[in-house]
Amino acid sequence: MEKEYILITDFCLSHNIETHFVMELYEFGLVDVVIKENVSYLPIKQLPKAEKIIRLYSDLNINLEGIAVITQLLNKMEKMQDEITHLKNRLDLFE
Amino acid sequence: MNFIDYYKILGLDKSASQGDIKKAYRKLARKHHPDVNPNDKEAEKKFKEINEANEVLSDPEKRKKYDKYGKDWQHAEEFEKARASQGPSQNRGRGSSSQNYGEQDFSDFFESMFGGSGNFSGRGQARFRGQDLNAELKLHLRDVFKAHKQTLNVNGKNIRITVPAGIENGQTIKITGHGGPGHQGGPNGDLYITFGIINDTPFKRDGNDLYTSVNLDLYTALLGGEIMVNTFDGQVKLNVKPETQNGTKIKLKGKGFPIYKKNDAYGNLYITYNIVTPTNLTSKEKDLFKELSDLRK
Repeated sequence: MEKEYILITDFCLSHNIETHFVMELYEFGLVDVVIKENVSYLPIKQLPKAEKIIRLYSDLNINLEGIAVITQLLNKMEKMQDEITHLKNRLDLFE
Repeated sequence: MNFIDYYKILGLDKSASQGDIKKAYRKLARKHHPDVNPNDKEAEKKFKEINEANEVLSDPEKRKKYDKYGKDWQHAEEFEKARASQGPSQNRGRGSSSQNYGEQDFSDFFESMFGGSGNFSGRGQARFRGQDLNAELKLHLRDVFKAHKQTLNVNGKNIRITVPAGIENGQTIKITGHGGPGHQGGPNGDLYITFGIINDTPFKRDGNDLYTSVNLDLYTALLGGEIMVNTFDGQVKLNVKPETQNGTKIKLKGKGFPIYKKNDAYGNLYITYNIVTPTNLTSKEKDLFKELSDLRK
């Protein structure tokens, strides 16, 4: 558990946020949370995502609905970017 | 000595209220925030600028000093002391500091926020997990035909990585734990390396497949025969069928590019034949071709 997960209380303490905020993110489907023996953990793999959400929330005052939309659009954008790269590479064939 | 006009950065004039500053900052921050502009260095730079402008202008004390001393506002206290010791009749010029407050000073405020820059840029702020870093690595197509080890210098630290065979141009790989160090016992950030593949070979690449063209003399095309052709990793012998047409495409299975993260798996090599007709014909050759031509009539 230690290497793959982080205690949500530790995560919240280091980011100066309330535990219920992370649980709210979980309810919104924005992050995954693992509950074991009544203790909540955040998978380490989710840290970059969770930290990005916190930045969007605190730096830009975006509410969770807005963050959900942004996250979805960013994922779409990433896929499109990959497709553009692939198409650009293919275009070399015809040049 | 570049003067950083914080008002201009936020699109405001000097009479702007705190409310105006807040509003302008939020509007620009939303537009240029690095998290909503991934891999956009310009946006990241702009975000640092507007953050710095906001940091100064939203603080009434700092704003007062900035309005009074301009680019040297950070040395306001020194100026005040110097003025007090020199008395009221001294000439109080503004440009006495020998330090240069150029564009690079934008990073002073935000070094802790984004880390060092150089060729590497931060992906965001993290108090617990270390900062993620981005790097670009240019390689030649031949370099990624086989997996190899390469040492990278990231923020002064040497990192030895394995460049996997078959990596694509524009592909980004994550090296877990090689980003900035974690804080308070947290894990290190990750290093993201985006590869730029320079293709200076006669082969065109489409994913794992390679394409090339081979010149075929008229006689081999007509009568068939054996030719040697270059593949990416050496020559192979090919049997050319009699009466091969110009533009014929053949497939050499498994002679393409290595498939990323699949050991000993390769794409295909596609060869297009370009039939080259002879030039500078002798009179005898002309006669013989005429004879051939007549046979077809």
